[in-house]
Amino acid sequence: MDRRKARRLTRGYHRSMAVYLDHAATSPLRPEVLEAMLPYLTTHTGNPSSLHGAGRRARQGIDEARETVAQLIGAQPREIVFTAGGTEADNLAIKGVAWAATARGRHVITTAVEHKAVVNATAILERSGFEVTILPVDRYGRVDPVDVAAALTGRTTLVSVMAANNEVGTVQPIGAVGEIVRGHGAKLHVDAVQFAAHEPIDVDAWQADLVSLSAHKLGGPQGVGALYVRRGTQLLPQIQGGSQERQRRAGTENVAGIVGFGAAFRHSHADTLEQDRLRKLSRLLRDGVLELDGVALTGHPEDRLANNVSVVIEGVEGGDLVAALDLEGIEVSTGSACTSGSAEPSHVLLAMGLEPHLAHGSLRITTGPETSTQDVDAALAAIRLVLPRLRTTEGAHPKAVATA
Amino acid sequence: MSRIVAAMSGGVDSSVAAALLARERGDDEVIGVWMRTHGDMPEGYELSRSCCSPDAADDARRVAQLIDIPFFTLNVEKEFGARVIDAFVDAYLEGSTPNPCQACNQYIKFDELLRRGLAAYGANAVATGHYARLEHRDGRWRLLRAVDTNKDQTYFLWVLDQEQLSRTRFPLGNMTKPEVRALAADLTLPTAQKPESQEICFVPLGDYRTLLEERRGYAGDPGPIVDAAGSQVGTHTGYAHYTVGQRHGLGVALGEAVYVREVLPATNTVVIGRRDEVAQRTFTVDGARFTAGEPPRERFHASVRIRHRAPDVPAEVTMVGRDRFLVETAEPVWAPAPGQGAVLYDGAECLGGGRIARSDG
Repeated sequence: MDRRKARRLTRGYHRSMAVYLDHAATSPLRPEVLEAMLPYLTTHTGNPSSLHGAGRRARQGIDEARETVAQLIGAQPREIVFTAGGTEADNLAIKGVAWAATARGRHVITTAVEHKAVVNATAILERSGFEVTILPVDRYGRVDPVDVAAALTGRTTLVSVMAANNEVGTVQPIGAVGEIVRGHGAKLHVDAVQFAAHEPIDVDAWQADLVSLSAHKLGGPQGVGALYVRRGTQLLPQIQGGSQERQRRAGTENVAGIVGFGAAFRHSHADTLEQDRLRKLSRLLRDGVLELDGVALTGHPEDRLANNVSVVIEGVEGGDLVAALDLEGIEVSTGSACTSGSAEPSHVLLAMGLEPHLAHGSLRITTGPETSTQDVDAALAAIRLVLPRLRTTEGAHPKAVATA
Repeated sequence: MSRIVAAMSGGVDSSVAAALLARERGDDEVIGVWMRTHGDMPEGYELSRSCCSPDAADDARRVAQLIDIPFFTLNVEKEFGARVIDAFVDAYLEGSTPNPCQACNQYIKFDELLRRGLAAYGANAVATGHYARLEHRDGRWRLLRAVDTNKDQTYFLWVLDQEQLSRTRFPLGNMTKPEVRALAADLTLPTAQKPESQEICFVPLGDYRTLLEERRGYAGDPGPIVDAAGSQVGTHTGYAHYTVGQRHGLGVALGEAVYVREVLPATNTVVIGRRDEVAQRTFTVDGARFTAGEPPRERFHASVRIRHRAPDVPAEVTMVGRDRFLVETAEPVWAPAPGQGAVLYDGAECLGGGRIARSDG
């Protein structure tokens, strides 16, 4: 029995037989990562701050993971601060640097397509009296380094630009942005949460001062992330407590999670063969979806993450489409998992100049290590199956609402 | 295999309805759906009492997990805002009494949800936790009163037509409320002990005046309260703050109980009367719809109910055109309020109904 048929025969709140194509939301824990984590959940269960043997064993796990993460991005271990995820890393970078640098100025620059963690961290700075410049993007979602240069002032202390967009997968010209920011003297923060799973990172080539990472986007556990903090970068901790993480992030470490992060990063890191395979799968998916009427690609056609296929589909509500595909055993998402359920269209798509009624019909399909060509075929078949149904029903069309 | 949407509000009734459906689904697939009908309520409002709060969504989701059915939330804020909330406000502004539960059934649960359920989930039926029964007899669907006559909700369902009835399931129609609660407890549903929601889900603390101001800028101008003879006996805060049959909040002391008899927007006047003065034997009903698609005859006997839980009374119904009828009751009925449903029954069967018309309309 093929997987899709088996999937349709199972029912219930949890559907384990589904084809999972939502790796940008979270990427399933790799078996080898679980294996690396298990000892730290069963036997090495000390507190890394303890002086005794159990504590030392736990500490070793963290130290090794820190070395792994640092090495993979061209950093020193002491420049890595483990956090409870990418969102915390973003918050620490933005609020931590902005507040630490108020003697120099209170101006922060970011872009219109950042993750909500960056959007809302800068928004709260704005409410606290900081000046925040939000740079526009082109129709592919890319920021122009020239705009960054033009926005920098004597009061600017931080520039935050994501490496790759979580919704449409567009890759930003970070190197060029880094060049400009370094010349100015402000700090550059790069949210590389999505990027890290697919492309090698070299913090020096980027000239980045801060880089956010997340374990669960690369086959690690949820609830673990890291912030790279270049030596000499002043940072005001956002969580007060003990002296863990060199007093930059208090709280007993998530030891097993951190060990899992290290293992996941090592296993996923820039596997070029795998990236080529994902790119081929994405191409199949993309070609298949774009064959359908009223479907347009979002994000940059070439400069995008290998596993990301994002489209807008005319005449459907993204949430309805995702539910319909789920019932056919295909798990995908609208723009991003974090904002689904909200009635507002994606700020990313709007910033790229899409009409709101189109932005409502967004679909993001993101492949991963276990994705096969059969999965791609099943996804395309399911989309072809449900799309006419979603479109023929008047109520599904957002335009119908206006006349109601 | 077919799919059925179980509308889940997070209350005990729809929880049990979904559970029964899931238990007896056979080859059918049951999909739990919670509708987001309006934004969050202001701070301080007791959210757990409303069927549309985030707490309610949590409860609905927990029930769906326990009874093992897929669960989605559906955003119907725009439709609900236009068809239910705006209509609610506008009814007050035209001197009528709104009927939001009926409007929600008509436009949201048995229209928008049916259409979106078909589109999004490929579902061809909707099940709700209403207390009502359905029967297919002599080639048509009949809407019948619930076995639990205390809980019967056909008063809010008269508007459904054959097409809608054919795609509807009421799993609780043969159960009493205590049985429903007992089953919820048996199934250890988290909603088993939840109190009844009595108030209108989008009107925090029952204060609809704020809503009039927010949505239509109506703050209310003071105007006269007059008696049946037309003499002013008091002052009101704005005609739209009053509904026919209302007794409290009039600030009029005439030595006996008085009630609002008429609300006159044109002159910003509220007319009051003694108990016997607000009773009527004839009134006109418009927006008529019949579950069978047409009235039984041009003139027929039926019993009529003019408010939820009020007893229905024998009446003679005469059609006046396609969607309007005249009701003559055997006994005077108390305070027929324009805008409220006048629902017709033949024994256990709900024949349809309409909305009580304004006497000047």
